[in-house]
Amino acid sequence: MNPHGKTENALPEVLTGNSEAEFITSIIAPYRDMPGALIPLLQAVQQKFGYLSDNALRSVSDGLGLPLAKVFGVVTFYSFFSRVPRGKFLIRVCLGTACYVLGAADVLDCLQKELEIGVGQTTSDGIFTLDVGRCFGACGLAPVIMINDTVHQQVRPSQVPKILAGYRKSLLSALENGQ
Amino acid sequence: MKNSVPKIATRADLDRVRDAARSAPDKDVREKILVCTGGGCMAAGAKAIKTALTGELKKQGLEKEVALVETGCLGPCVVGPVLVMSKERVFYQGVAPADAAEIVQEHIVKGRIIERLAWKEGPHKTPLPLQAEIPFFKRQTKIVLRNCGVIDPNSIDDYIGHDGYQAVAQALFSMTPETVIEEMKKSGLRGRGGAGFPTHLKWAMARKSPGEVKYILCNADEGDPGAFMDRSVLEGDPHAVIEGMLIGGYAIGAHQGYVYVRAEYPLAVERLQRAIEAASERGLLGENILGSGFNFALEIRKGSGAFVCGEETALMASIEGNRGEPRPRPPYPALKGLWRRPTVLNNVETFANVPFIIARGGAAYSALGTERSKGSKVFALAGAITISGLVEVPVGTPLEDLIYEIGGGIKGGRNFKAAQIGGPSGGCIPREHIAVPLDYESLNALGAIMGSGGLVVMDESACMVDVARFFMEFVQEESCGKCVPCREGTKRMLDILNKICAGDGCPEDLALLQELGGQIKAASLCGLGQTAPNPVLSTMRHFRDEYEAHIVHKRCPAGVCAALLVYSITDACTGCGACKRACPSAAIAGSAKVKHIIDPALCIRCGACFKACKFGAVLKA
Ligand SMILES: Cc1cc2nc3c(=O)[nH]c(=O)nc-3n(C[C@H](O)[C@H](O)[C@H](O)COP(=O)(O)O)c2cc1C
Ligand code: SF4
Ligand code: SF4
Ligand code: FES
Ligand code: FES
Repeated sequence: MNPHGKTENALPEVLTGNSEAEFITSIIAPYRDMPGALIPLLQAVQQKFGYLSDNALRSVSDGLGLPLAKVFGVVTFYSFFSRVPRGKFLIRVCLGTACYVLGAADVLDCLQKELEIGVGQTTSDGIFTLDVGRCFGACGLAPVIMINDTVHQQVRPSQVPKILAGYRKSLLSALENGQ
Repeated sequence: MKNSVPKIATRADLDRVRDAARSAPDKDVREKILVCTGGGCMAAGAKAIKTALTGELKKQGLEKEVALVETGCLGPCVVGPVLVMSKERVFYQGVAPADAAEIVQEHIVKGRIIERLAWKEGPHKTPLPLQAEIPFFKRQTKIVLRNCGVIDPNSIDDYIGHDGYQAVAQALFSMTPETVIEEMKKSGLRGRGGAGFPTHLKWAMARKSPGEVKYILCNADEGDPGAFMDRSVLEGDPHAVIEGMLIGGYAIGAHQGYVYVRAEYPLAVERLQRAIEAASERGLLGENILGSGFNFALEIRKGSGAFVCGEETALMASIEGNRGEPRPRPPYPALKGLWRRPTVLNNVETFANVPFIIARGGAAYSALGTERSKGSKVFALAGAITISGLVEVPVGTPLEDLIYEIGGGIKGGRNFKAAQIGGPSGGCIPREHIAVPLDYESLNALGAIMGSGGLVVMDESACMVDVARFFMEFVQEESCGKCVPCREGTKRMLDILNKICAGDGCPEDLALLQELGGQIKAASLCGLGQTAPNPVLSTMRHFRDEYEAHIVHKRCPAGVCAALLVYSITDACTGCGACKRACPSAAIAGSAKVKHIIDPALCIRCGACFKACKFGAVLKA
C-alpha cells in the first residue's frame, strides 16, 4: 500500500475480524524505511479504523520501534487523531472567520439539537460524530460543514434535518446491499 | 495504457509533447466546455453537471465534437457551479444538471447564448455572457491563477501544452543556480505565506549553506481561516507548484522536497498526488530530469489539524514525526532545518509564481506592483461580499476596488464596516481606510498584515469586539503551550474579552488588554504568539467607540453580544403570538391580535422571539 494513498471517501470500517495489530503488520514495511513515518502511519491506521485504540498505538510503537510515550505524545498533540471510536459520519462544522460571521454558530446549535449530542460526542447509534473545524477552504460558500470528505455549502439551520436524513438513508441502503 | 506513456527524457521531448498537446484537441473538436471542479463548485454539485452534459452530448451524437474538460477554480465560487464555453469564452453560472439539455441544444447546436445562465451585472441585472466583459474578470491580472479555470489539473499534457515545465527546462539548461536566484531577486517576489520575506534571500542563504543534503518544502497548511488560495492552486494547477519546487530545488541544491498539506483538503491532496505520479511517470520528477543530470523527488505529508504547524519550525518538526512545536531561531532553517539540514520553506502561492518569473523574466514580474511590493497577489474574498471567491490583482490595488469593482460590493446593498485581513495574525481595516493600497507596508501601517491574503468582509451586523474575541479564542486554542506569555497571556486576554461581551467590562480593561498584548508580542517564541494580540489591538485602535459602548453603556451596537441586547416589540406586531409561544421564559404578554410586550425583567435574551416573529416586529438593539 502506498503510504500517501489517495484519500478515500469511503466510510471508516467497523472493527472487523482483523485486529489493528494484523493490519499494522500488513502495511508496516514501507513505513520502516520512511523518515518521519510515525504520523503518516497513524493517519493510515485512523483512516482504516476510524480512531486509534490503545492496542493500535502499541502496535505502531512496536512496528516502528518508537517508545510508546513518544507515540502518545504525538497523538495527543494533533486534533485530528481520535482515541475514541467515532461515528460512521464525522460532521465538522466550520467555525472559521467567514463561516462565523455568516452564522455558523446557529448551524452548530441546530446540529446539537437534532443529534442530541455535544461537540466531540457520538450519537448512541454510532452513526454521527459532531465536531468543529477551523476553515475547510470553502469560505466563499460560508457557512459550510464537512461530513467525512464531503463539503456542504451555504448551510442554513433549516436544511440540517434533510442533510442528516440523506446520510442515514445512504447508510441504510449500504446495509441493504450487504456492505 | 498507463505503462505506454512515453518518458519525457530530453528538452526536445518536452517541446514535442507541448506541440502535440497544443494541436490535438482542435482537430475535430468544435467546442470545449470547461466545467469548474474547484472545491467550491464541487460542493455545489459540479460532478453531476458534468455527468448530465456527458449524457446529453451522447444523446445528440456530439461526444466527438464537443470536449468536456474539468478545470480548477474560475474565481466567483459563490455563483457556482460555473462553466465556460471556451470557443467564445461564454461564462455560465448557477448551472444545474437540468440545464444540460438546454446548453447542448441551444448553445452548441443552435449557437444561441442562454441569457438565463449568464452573469448578471449591476442594479438592473444586465446579463453579460462574455467572460471578457464581466468586471469581476476584467480587473484581474492572473499569474498565479494563470491556469486555474483554463487547464485540466489532472492532465499533465494539458499543463505542458500551456508551456508547463518549460521554465524548469530553461533553468536546468540555460541557467546556473546563481542566475536563477538572480532572476528571483529581479522579480522582487516576497513570500506569500505571511511574513513577506524576499524569496531570493532565503534561496541564496540555503544555496550558500554547506551540506550535501538539502530540502525544499512547500507550506500548504493554509491555516488562516478565510483563505483558500493555496487550496485552489493545488486543486487547479498542481503542476505549477511542482515546477516551482523543482526550480527552487535546483537553485538551492536540494534533491528532495515535501509538500505539507493540511488534512482538511482531501481534494487538493488527491490532485497533487495524481500530479506527482504523472510527473514521476513521465520523468519530470526522479532521476536525471530531462537529461540534465538533476535529480529531484517529491512527497506529500498530510497535516493532522494543528494551526501552529504552519509555522516553519513546527512544520519541520511535524514532518520529522514529532509534536508540532516551534523551536527558537537561530539556527535558521536555511542553515539547519528539516533533519538539521539546510532547508527552504515557501508557500504554495510563492512557488506558483516561480515558473512565470523564470520563463518571462524577473522584470516582467516586478513591472507589476508598488515600489516595495512587487508582482500580483491572490486574495480570497469571503464574508459579507456579493461575489465571494478568488481573485488576483497587482499588489497595491486599493481595497476599495477589490470590494466594489471586482467583488460587487457588500451583500444585500448594506454598508461596509471592516475587512479582516491576515487572519489570526492580522487586523481589521475600517471604513475610513477603505482606499488603502493592498501592499505589505500600507497594511502594516494600519496594524494589519497582508498575511496569506484571506479577506473577510464585514457589514454593520458584525460586532468588532466579538470578532476580536473570536480570534483570541482561536489563538488561545491553537497555542502549542510551549511558552507562558502565549499560553497564559492569550487566556487572560480572552477572559477579559468574554467579560466585556457579557457586559461586565470595566474601563481599565482596555489599558490591560493593551498592556498584555504588548507583553505577549514581545515575549513569545514563535509567530503565533508574537502576532496573536493583533486582531484585538487593531480593533481597539480603529473601533474604540464600540469597545466603549460595551464597557460604559453596556450596549452592543451591532446587536451581536447576546447579554447586551434589549428585545422589544414594535407596532408591526400583529398579535399572532408566535413570539409568546417561542419564549422559554414567559417574558412575553399579550392577547391574540393585540400588540405583545416583553418584560425586560423576565427576558433572558435568548433571541427565540426574534427568530419566531414573521413580521419583523421584534427588535433587538
Ligand atoms: C502560527 C503560524 C502559522 C502559519 N501558517 C502558515 C500557513 O498556513 N501557510 C504558510 O504558507 N505560511 C504560514 N506561516 C508562515 C510560515 O512560517 C513561513 O513564513 C512561510 O511558509 C514561508 O513561506 P514564504 O516565504 O513563501 O511566505 C505561519 C506562521 C505562523 C507563525
Ligand atoms: S508563541 Fe505560542 S504557539 Fe508559539 S511556541 Fe510559544 S506557546 Fe507555542
Ligand atoms: S429574547 Fe427570549 S426570553 Fe427574551 S422575550 Fe424573546 S423569547 Fe423571551
Ligand atoms: S471559514 Fe469556513 S470554510 Fe473557511
Ligand atoms: S470553485 Fe468554481 S469558481 Fe471557485
